Amino acid sequence: MTTSLVHTRGVGLKQATRDTGIIVKRNAMRNVRIPQLVLFATVQPVMFLLLFNYVFGGSIGLALGDAYGGKYINYLLPGMLVQTALFSSIQTAVGLTEDLAAGVIDRFRSLPIARSAVLAGRTLADMTRTLVVMTLLLAVGFLVGFDAPGGLLRTLAGICLCALFGFSMSWVMALVGLVVKTPEAANSAGFLPLFPLMFASSIFVPPETLPSWMKGFASNQPVTVLSDTLRGLILGDEFLATQSRSLSELILYSLFWIGAIIAVFAPLAVRKYRRTVS
Amino acid sequence: MSTAAVRAEGVIRHFGDVKALNGVSIEFEPGMIYGLLGPNGAGKTTLIRVLTTLLRPDAGTAHVAGVDVLANPTEARRRLGLAGQSAAVDEFLTGEENLHMIGRLYGLSKRDARKRADEVLERMTLTDAANRQVKTYSGGMRRRLDLAASMVGRPEVLFLDEPTTGIDPGSRIDIWGLMADLVDDGTTILMTTQYLEEADQLADRVGVIDDGILIAEGTADELKDEMGGSIVELSVRDADLENTLGALTSALGAGISFDAGRKLISVPAPNGPLELMAVSRTLDAASLIPTQLEIRKPTLDDVFLKITGNGESASTAAGGES
Ligand SMILES: Nc1ncnc2c1ncn2[C@@H]1O[C@H](COP(=O)(O)OP(=O)(O)OP(=O)(O)O)[C@@H](O)[C@H]1O
Ligand SMILES: [Mg+2]
Repeated sequence: MTTSLVHTRGVGLKQATRDTGIIVKRNAMRNVRIPQLVLFATVQPVMFLLLFNYVFGGSIGLALGDAYGGKYINYLLPGMLVQTALFSSIQTAVGLTEDLAAGVIDRFRSLPIARSAVLAGRTLADMTRTLVVMTLLLAVGFLVGFDAPGGLLRTLAGICLCALFGFSMSWVMALVGLVVKTPEAANSAGFLPLFPLMFASSIFVPPETLPSWMKGFASNQPVTVLSDTLRGLILGDEFLATQSRSLSELILYSLFWIGAIIAVFAPLAVRKYRRTVS
Repeated sequence: MSTAAVRAEGVIRHFGDVKALNGVSIEFEPGMIYGLLGPNGAGKTTLIRVLTTLLRPDAGTAHVAGVDVLANPTEARRRLGLAGQSAAVDEFLTGEENLHMIGRLYGLSKRDARKRADEVLERMTLTDAANRQVKTYSGGMRRRLDLAASMVGRPEVLFLDEPTTGIDPGSRIDIWGLMADLVDDGTTILMTTQYLEEADQLADRVGVIDDGILIAEGTADELKDEMGGSIVELSVRDADLENTLGALTSALGAGISFDAGRKLISVPAPNGPLELMAVSRTLDAASLIPTQLEIRKPTLDDVFLKITGNGESASTAAGGES
């Protein structure tokens, strides 16, 4: 009895990995078949990048002076990568609620697969899509004058770190989706936690100009830490000289945030998934 | 050790004030089709969701193919298949890809999953559409694909929630044939249906559920026998309705009912022709001429209407509490 329980209760890690892979593939196929998913996910950050660069680039560029080759785009692009990862994560909530509405989640839940596979398959596929979008954004950046002062390799490393951050945020959004249940609600509820993270951060401007009560939050919250880490990688010493943290400290702090977000939200989301009544 | 295909005891599931399931016990042997009938909102889908591990009951136990679905859901999932009330297929994948993915999730190798997908597509006559994205399918094709999906894992017990709703009569007959084949191959099926004729034709046992309670159970014939023989049905002109009901009730006693929708008066006829003759004598004596008068065997519809109380009774003392 006990042995059969151990054997049959759940599924092993090996099967969980296999199940997840199959569901990643299914979601990736959807991403390819529904071109809007990748298209709009790309158009939006590209538009932001161009608007911010050309509208604010002048004034902020003046403030930046000769730093970073005198180009605001060099300062802006790493921040836009982080913002892209943030926004893309909302698609995790939307996609999950669409699957719920279509009954696909019920089908998955009636199959003998790992509990985590449906959510992991979703968050991993979304991470892959975010990587594609960020690469496209980077390409546009190069077209409008971005010159990766830290070198291409470090830029790519930054993109990978940023994708991991997007992955962690996808787990937050998985929970949001399972709680709100409809795609419309997922869309609006998904944005809510992102706004304070986005604006009280160093995505657009250095946080020195923020009021002091906000500064403590702003300089330690994950979006700032990630943006600064990306800048440390992509802009190199010129940026790091302005920071109180070294590059390795920044990277560790980023990994801490990514790990902490996953550690808290992945179990919550899986738990919610098991109990969700559609 | 129990060998019942499905065994549930005292299953209760409430949603707020709604008592979707209010103590349902059900048990049947492998190798049969069990038909679950009930009006809208009776709790059929909720019961299926409990039995297929999608929903935890507030109380009660449930076993499918001998496996406790609450204690051991993963093992139960290996043995059951589900086609829910609405088709759960992926619009942007082809029919083949949908089934291939499910086969893979049941642990089949890529090759075996492909083979199995082709087999079930063929059985559901979807081979021609196999490589089209599901978004181009008609409603009936989706439904059939969903049924195909539920069969991929060769389940011991298959749960079909209204499998033929929205399917044209020709395809419905095909699906009946398919279900019979599955049972011949050793599968047990629990299905719900709105078409009582379907349960009559297919189901070896029938359960009637209403307001979250199983109120009758047996073979279709047993249930019909409880109706007590044949039924005399007649209709009269609207002006004569009251007089007719009055005359028949005083001559023949309780149990006479009037279906306002079909404008039909029904008289239970346990002795067949005797009651028919009594009806015609009564009408004759009162100089009432029916526009229609016939005697027929009861159908499952009659049983259903009677025990779920959806038929409007003309007499106050309608018998038949069971
Ligand atoms: N998730 C839910 N939340 C709230 N109420 C629910 C939920 N699911 C079912 N119900 C309620 O429980 C009752 C039984 O529903 P169920 O879907 O089981 O009925 P059914 O017999 O399948 O009906 P139908 O023939 O219309 O499919 C209904 O009153 C329904 O409104
Ligand atoms: Mg139902």
